[in-house]
Amino acid sequence: MAKKVDVSLDFLGVHFENPFVLSSSPVGNCYEMCAKCLDEGWGGVVFKTIGFFIANEVSPRFDNLRKEGTSFLGFRNLEQIAEHPLKENLEAIARLKKDYPNKVIIASIMGQNEKEWEDLAKLVTEAGADMIECNFSCPQMTSHAMGSDVGVNPDLVKKYCQAVRRGSKLPILSKMTPNQASMIPASLASIEGGADGIATINTVKSITNIDVNNFVPIPSVAGKSPVSGYSGKAVKPIALRFIHEIHSHEKLKNVPISGIGGIETWQDAVEFFLLGAEVLQITTAVMQYGYRIIDDLVDGVKHYLMRHNFKSLKEVIGLATKNIVPAEDLDRSFVIFPKFDSEKCVHCGRCVISCYDGGHQALTFTEERKVVLDKKRCVGCFLCANVCPVAAISLGERVTKKELGR
Amino acid sequence: MKEYLKEKKGLTPLLAQEEAARCLLCLDAPCSKACPCQTDPAKFIRSIRFLNFDGAVDTIRINNPLGGICARVCPTEKYCQQGCIRAGLDKPIDIGALQRYVTDYEEESGYKALEPNSEKRDRVAIIGSGPSGLSAANILARNGYQVTIFEKNKKPGGYLSYGIPPYRLPQSVVENEIKHTTDLGVKIVVDTELGKDISLDSLFIEGFKAIIIATGYDSARTLEMFNDNPYVETAVDFLRRVINCEGKVSLPDEMLVIGGGDVAMDVATTAKVLGVKKVTCVAREDMEHFPASRKEYQEAVDNSVSIISGFTPSEVNGCTVKFNEVDGQGVLSLSSSKIVLAIGQVPSKNGIPFEFNRGEIEVKDYQTSMPKVFACGDITSGDKTVVYAVKKGKETAEAVMKVLEGR
Repeated sequence: MAKKVDVSLDFLGVHFENPFVLSSSPVGNCYEMCAKCLDEGWGGVVFKTIGFFIANEVSPRFDNLRKEGTSFLGFRNLEQIAEHPLKENLEAIARLKKDYPNKVIIASIMGQNEKEWEDLAKLVTEAGADMIECNFSCPQMTSHAMGSDVGVNPDLVKKYCQAVRRGSKLPILSKMTPNQASMIPASLASIEGGADGIATINTVKSITNIDVNNFVPIPSVAGKSPVSGYSGKAVKPIALRFIHEIHSHEKLKNVPISGIGGIETWQDAVEFFLLGAEVLQITTAVMQYGYRIIDDLVDGVKHYLMRHNFKSLKEVIGLATKNIVPAEDLDRSFVIFPKFDSEKCVHCGRCVISCYDGGHQALTFTEERKVVLDKKRCVGCFLCANVCPVAAISLGERVTKKELGR
Repeated sequence: MKEYLKEKKGLTPLLAQEEAARCLLCLDAPCSKACPCQTDPAKFIRSIRFLNFDGAVDTIRINNPLGGICARVCPTEKYCQQGCIRAGLDKPIDIGALQRYVTDYEEESGYKALEPNSEKRDRVAIIGSGPSGLSAANILARNGYQVTIFEKNKKPGGYLSYGIPPYRLPQSVVENEIKHTTDLGVKIVVDTELGKDISLDSLFIEGFKAIIIATGYDSARTLEMFNDNPYVETAVDFLRRVINCEGKVSLPDEMLVIGGGDVAMDVATTAKVLGVKKVTCVAREDMEHFPASRKEYQEAVDNSVSIISGFTPSEVNGCTVKFNEVDGQGVLSLSSSKIVLAIGQVPSKNGIPFEFNRGEIEVKDYQTSMPKVFACGDITSGDKTVVYAVKKGKETAEAVMKVLEGR
């Protein structure tokens, strides 16, 4: 039982009973949704982005990428910011804070100019939000004065952060877009402008599928579709890369990060912690499975902390950062040969196919369907282990290239 | 509840994807080596995996003219699934279900893998429109031969149309599969029997350059003790009668089935599905050597058929049959107002001028002792299954072409 393990943490001066919150998205669109998620155990919510701009949405608006039998490898959506009137959203935020005083209510905002940003900051502060998140990153806004077009322009990001700072004393998160080569300039601009932390990643610009019979991308809105945001498991590697970029940057390494992007399981979550993220935000997994995923996220993290004797979540943050190094710093002096477990092997031959077609032709298959390794050809790439369906191939003998005469 | 006229649902697209994803996509796949007629499951499953459904249809159709039928009736556990490496992890890939998914897709999409060949090569006559005759016709037609099949019954298909209950093989599927072959230009003349309406001589005189005899095992084997017993009906007659009237028969409250093969299972399951309260099936073989396929046996058990193994009939008195234990001293006495004999089938020899040895004609590369007269299907040696009949039909077509082309 891991019930007693403490997974609470303080982030930007606000106490979270656990590190999981809904990200600003369709899953936190009204009072009732947020209330249900908080009842089910989430640490808080980022209420769906509000603004003076009221979104007019399309139908249908979602698509997902599949592979083999698996759906939701990645998820594409066309929704913009809140569709309800601003007044209604502010009332919902106020009511949530009143009804859930121990949960964290984060107001995500998006303005079209400095005045709107400042006004929105004032309004959500008055409504009782605990924190403000500036949405500089939605890639499917119908106006180019908003969303990810702003987020790739450090000058605008800085100016709008300054406006928000003028409007509120609350902690400010700046939500960044991954649709750029580096997140550093916009992140630095955020902090310079007065933001206290970075939230990332927002969705990746994408086209998931095209109906090959009528040439229309999916979802088809009366025969047309835009480029729009991609999320879910498939973007986790991209999210981790950007989080690492920020957390390992000399000027940003002490800036708190809220991690977002493809988190489904406690293991995903721990990976984000290990690279420096603290409070984690989730949408796609909730869209697919519901708020109830919180049970296994929180419990899984507790068990992890318990098994590794960590006293608090803070101890885990950033532990993997030092192990990510430039390619030129890797030790290239040795080769590890694969070890084949004959008990586990089912003799399918997939390793042999991949070694020939994608590796170095080091494996052969006997008449009796037994795999034979030719160490002279093997470079220790481990493609074989990656394709093995029964995990019968593991790291074996380690030999220096010098010994091998390579 | 099983319905007599309705086969069970096929895989949904998602389930087909999931089943194909279970496949390990083996190198030198054992499943493909184990199919008697080279249907090549490893290749068509890989095509499903990569969403190339038309390509999967090609693989099945090119290799197996009766792919949709074999998908349903093949005892896959004895062939392709026997070697499935996935079985070492949990259970084999359901190859039959995936094959059915592809052939059902073929029917729905209207895609046709085979195209008629307009060359007008020699005329070939085939006697019997069962799986072997149809397969031979299909291959010959694809190679430009002008093929006519002569069928003694009103409907083509042989045992496929008269012997397999519709919950396992719907008549519409048989008709579709036959159409794949007739669409290639093969003519089927029904109501025409060898030895009665036609003879080998008459066919040669009419201009056929080769004849294939594929008349099959269409008569029931009986035991003398059951002759002229009003309570007894053979499995062949029973199944044909029930199939012909689409299950609208009146049956007693209990039935006794004698036999342990697939046909016995079909009779017993049919009886249960049609509402017979108690069906007892007595087989000569013990469970270790039970002849019915796993699928058919399980279907009978699932439908609450009582199966007694290891007993053989010794004496009959009206509706009471006495059995002796094959490997022991046990005796058994069962009474029923309906006794169905499912103890095997034999060929009808009408108009076939060759000697049968244990129900089979001697052939050499499918050629009989008479020039340009070939034989295939159940009347030649080999497994008596649909897939084996297809294999022999395909190989006979090759043998015919070799002879006619002087290769």
